[in-house]
Amino acid sequence: MKTVFVTVGTTSFDELIEAIISPAAEQRLENRGYERLVLQVGRGTVFPTSKTCSHITLETFRYKDSIAEDIKNAHLIISHAGAGSCLEALSAGKPLLVVVNDKLMNNHQLELAKQLHSDSHLLYCTCRDHYFTLCTL
Amino acid sequence: MLALETVVVTLVFLFLLFCLRLYVVLKSGAKYKPGSKGSVSVLVAVGSGGHTTEILRLLGSLSSAYSPRYYVLAQTDRMSEDKIHAFESSREQGDSEFSVFRIPRSREVHQSWSSSVLSTVNALCYSVPLVFRLKPDLILCNGPGTCVPLCLVGLLLGVLGLKQVVLVYVESLCRVQSLSLTGRILYPLTHYFFVQWAALRDKYPKAIFLGRIV
Repeated sequence: MKTVFVTVGTTSFDELIEAIISPAAEQRLENRGYERLVLQVGRGTVFPTSKTCSHITLETFRYKDSIAEDIKNAHLIISHAGAGSCLEALSAGKPLLVVVNDKLMNNHQLELAKQLHSDSHLLYCTCRDHYFTLCTL
Repeated sequence: MLALETVVVTLVFLFLLFCLRLYVVLKSGAKYKPGSKGSVSVLVAVGSGGHTTEILRLLGSLSSAYSPRYYVLAQTDRMSEDKIHAFESSREQGDSEFSVFRIPRSREVHQSWSSSVLSTVNALCYSVPLVFRLKPDLILCNGPGTCVPLCLVGLLLGVLGLKQVVLVYVESLCRVQSLSLTGRILYPLTHYFFVQWAALRDKYPKAIFLGRIV
């Protein structure tokens, strides 16, 4: 099954989770042939269940000892801009879309996302600029 | 009056002596080679989240000569200890000499800067007996606030002539254009300061740049 894996590391990133389970995003993922969505939500307060997404199989968890299996089984990874998450996803050679959390202090994560983007390793965007759903194309 | 003058002169003298000792410790640290005597004990300052991932990736490149490893975590960190145990079990048999310690966190995410000073001082009080007891050859850190009190106490050991501790700081991969607050604090105080992007090497001439090392 074509799978998207969403990871926020040990942080809380409710905006990303809410955006990815929104009907608009779900529609876009379906159009691209994705059938399974796996969400690693960390400390977030939003914990979607399978009722939230009607057409796509949904799995949600907070943490695992290792997300290597989930990364391996994914065809697309959508991640917060943490260095650890980016390193794991890129080391596995998976296409990576990074969503920057602009609520963090100084937003230092944006630096890494921009640099890796200019080195052509990934695509990035923020939740706030509403281009997020367009970015899933 | 005379007693007060004596006290002031003594304090000034001690302060100058302290500065001189600090200068000597910082200059000589990089030349000190603890490995020449055998194994090198490492105190690892462990932050949370990505800091843990990065520091364990760094440690993965260290040979068994870097032993024992003392991991120091923040009290409120719930995730890193499991990752440390998993990492240590994955090392070669017989190479897992390590222990885990906890100190109060210097600063929580989103904590204001002013209250962070107080919490860092609190962390410092816990760091002193710990680092004085362990007397590591090397302190390795990569950015979380936990590093600051540990490195300061490491320097203190040197200033007091009790132990020469080599301080190694590796700035996070996240830091492309600017140093973290911890990086800016520790840049003048460490013996080896690594950055992982060329823009930082240009801005901070004392930094060592070898590209990505995590």
